[in-house]
Amino acid sequence: MFKWRSDDFSWVDFTIDVLRVLIVLGVVVGAWNTLSSGRISFAQWVNLFAAGLSQGSIYALIALGYTLVYGILLMINFAHGEVFMAGAFSTVFLAEALNRTGFLNEQPVLAILLMIAFAGLVSMSVAILLERIAYRPLRGSPRLVPLITAIGASFFLQYTFRGLYGSGFKAYPGVKALQGVIQIGGISIPVVQVFVFCAALLLMLCLYWLVERTRVGKAMRAVSENKEVARLMGIDIDWVIMFTFGVGGFLAGSAGVINGLFRPQGVNFYMGFIPGIKAFTAAVLGGIGNIPGAMLGGLFLGVIEAIGPNLVLAGLGIPGANQLKDVIAFTMLVLVLIFRPQGILGERLSETKA
Amino acid sequence: MAAGRRLGSVNVNDGRVGRYILSCPLIRKDKSGIHVPGLSFTYLRTRRNWRSYRDYANVTALTCTYVSLFHIRTYRTGLMIRQLTLALGILSFLAISAFPLLANQECADPLGCVEVGPDDPIVVGAMLVVSGPINYLGEDTLGGVELALLARDYTLLGHEIELVVEDSLCTAEGGQAAAQRLAADPTIVGAIGTNCSSAAQGAMPIISGAGMVMIAPSNTSPSLTNEDIEAGGSHLPGYFRTSQNGLIEGMRLAEFAALALEAETLATVHDGDPYTEGLARSVANTFTDLNKEVVYEGAVNKGDTDMASILTEIAVHQPDVIYVPLFEPESNFFAAQMVHIAGLEDTIIIGGAASFASNFPKNTGEAAIGIYVSGPLVSGAAYEEVLAQWKEEYGSDPPSGYHAHAYDATNLLLNALEAVAVVKENGGVTFGRQAIRDAVAATEDYPGLTGRLTCREDSPFAGDCSPGTALAVFVITEAEVFDDNWPPPVAWNFAAEAVD
Repeated sequence: MFKWRSDDFSWVDFTIDVLRVLIVLGVVVGAWNTLSSGRISFAQWVNLFAAGLSQGSIYALIALGYTLVYGILLMINFAHGEVFMAGAFSTVFLAEALNRTGFLNEQPVLAILLMIAFAGLVSMSVAILLERIAYRPLRGSPRLVPLITAIGASFFLQYTFRGLYGSGFKAYPGVKALQGVIQIGGISIPVVQVFVFCAALLLMLCLYWLVERTRVGKAMRAVSENKEVARLMGIDIDWVIMFTFGVGGFLAGSAGVINGLFRPQGVNFYMGFIPGIKAFTAAVLGGIGNIPGAMLGGLFLGVIEAIGPNLVLAGLGIPGANQLKDVIAFTMLVLVLIFRPQGILGERLSETKA
Repeated sequence: MAAGRRLGSVNVNDGRVGRYILSCPLIRKDKSGIHVPGLSFTYLRTRRNWRSYRDYANVTALTCTYVSLFHIRTYRTGLMIRQLTLALGILSFLAISAFPLLANQECADPLGCVEVGPDDPIVVGAMLVVSGPINYLGEDTLGGVELALLARDYTLLGHEIELVVEDSLCTAEGGQAAAQRLAADPTIVGAIGTNCSSAAQGAMPIISGAGMVMIAPSNTSPSLTNEDIEAGGSHLPGYFRTSQNGLIEGMRLAEFAALALEAETLATVHDGDPYTEGLARSVANTFTDLNKEVVYEGAVNKGDTDMASILTEIAVHQPDVIYVPLFEPESNFFAAQMVHIAGLEDTIIIGGAASFASNFPKNTGEAAIGIYVSGPLVSGAAYEEVLAQWKEEYGSDPPSGYHAHAYDATNLLLNALEAVAVVKENGGVTFGRQAIRDAVAATEDYPGLTGRLTCREDSPFAGDCSPGTALAVFVITEAEVFDDNWPPPVAWNFAAEAVD
């Protein structure tokens, strides 16, 4: 940073440095203006933060699928948003049925576990089929080829599910046990947001344990390190890759149900697109290929999106700040990539991985 | 790296040492060494000791240009002959196809005529939402059109009526595509549609340019009937609608908020669509005219799921009423998330006609109870009869509230056709396109299902045929959320108010 010595002065570096200073200045001024005006109370900030954390933990769960696959195959599975949609969209019917019979409100824990298991299975099957049919035959080909295939697969999945379930919007039924708020000293946080955060955290811990503490996790890490050597050590690479897709799919499917509890509306065949893009952003933010990075990146993105518009943009006097939520998210991505190209937790990757 | 890498205008593939593919316009030299003109690439053998790709690209870009020029010269003669033949072919085709038009001296209409042969059907077009999340609106209006045709036994002037339905989606591009398909068919006498104002924005220039008429059953954007381009108007001749202008709907809703709900402060939220934006602006303007205060005017993006940030911003201003003419699913998210926002506990939501669908309360859940939505309300004996016929024909209730407007729109078109038809001796019919437009525009006091229709020509209402009375505010109750009841009870009936 800041290489302004006369012998290697470059206008490009200079402009980027000025840009960095301006952006940091804008953030500080905007935040200062908002906070000093006191338009939004402390309780409201906490509410926004909590909602952002919940949204972020959903992003994180989806982002893990991107990062797992990237870690092993060095490819971006752009159809992963659709894997999320597959679980969420299929389970809405199960949830409706459970609600009709009254099981959902009598045994909420069992019912939610059942929904997560079902969504996880659906998404897992979709992810595994995707790998087997669309990606494995192309494994040796140039890296652009599976990328384009992934985009094609994404459309294929969207319109398959539209054909299966129709194009209308569905909504998850409300769970009585998750309605209501937790009061902590004048601040009220909806129970569902606490639940969403805890459930996502639990799933992420399970994944961490799986990757770091089990035999199959060791195999995954070995394949990610070097496929050929792993093969020589007797690891069934095809199986490990399929397993990785399956795990990513399961996390995406459970994210679908958790998302359904948090934001019940808007379930349709197109619902995976935006969360998919956001989760990919989160994975890059945290350092793609890095598991704790994806978790952190997701939470970070969710919170920034929730707080950023009201904190920074409204403070700078920009009208319609809430509409610029995505601008904040992607500006954040650009900023992180300028300051730390490898992502928040990313290591510097070797040439082959970058 | 194994894939081809793009450098300037040159594509380099270093899969094999010393062999490169360059993209060059206009020539291709395939493996057998034959040159073929076309947009393709050539194989060139190159020296191996070039230092970097950048140097390579510079050199080969020049080579490429040189090779292209050289080959153009080689093929110029051949190309010229081929192009001349093609041009002659097109000219002779045009001459042959123009011949019948020139020979036809009967049509004196400035916009041309639609000729229907003695045994041909009269073709009516429709541009409706056939697919997508709000296809219930298309289904609803298509039913209205079909029942209106059925009431005439699908015959007009002794000819069968054929209905051609195109999917206009709910976007400007969709409207444009549907209009292009209809305008390409010279046998179509006019069109019913579109459903969405955005689709009408795309369709209107094409329909109007083709000399056709379009009668929209559910557009409400005020800009569609405004001729003043500087004020955002986009009206073109040939556009009519039987749904009420958003200006009127907005006016009525603002009155409802101010007088019936006794609101002092108002916030509006739209989503950038001409339909929702027009309504939000119109409500806000009237509310201000009533000496009340509009404290917040904002918008969300289509596809947003998180409404917390805009709701927190609105809570700062503490409005009595929020007017939210959004579509699903943004309307669901908005209503459902408002419950969690401190400071908006007593705020009332008024939704637009986009929320007037049985899905809205079901998907929103408990948070929908107590929300007011505006929607069309049609009553009268003639309407009851049509409703009974709908049940008989389709076996269910209409999915939305614009079928009566579509029914009236179809009748306006068919009446105009009857009025201007010139029946020939052989049984064929000629319709003048300008004559059809004039006849629709001349509609006065026509007793339709939605009231007495008179088509206006004065600018902010140019092409507006609706009396604007078939409108009411409904309130969503538990029955709509949990028990599949539809439509919800009426909270305020503007038709009744207008009669007083």
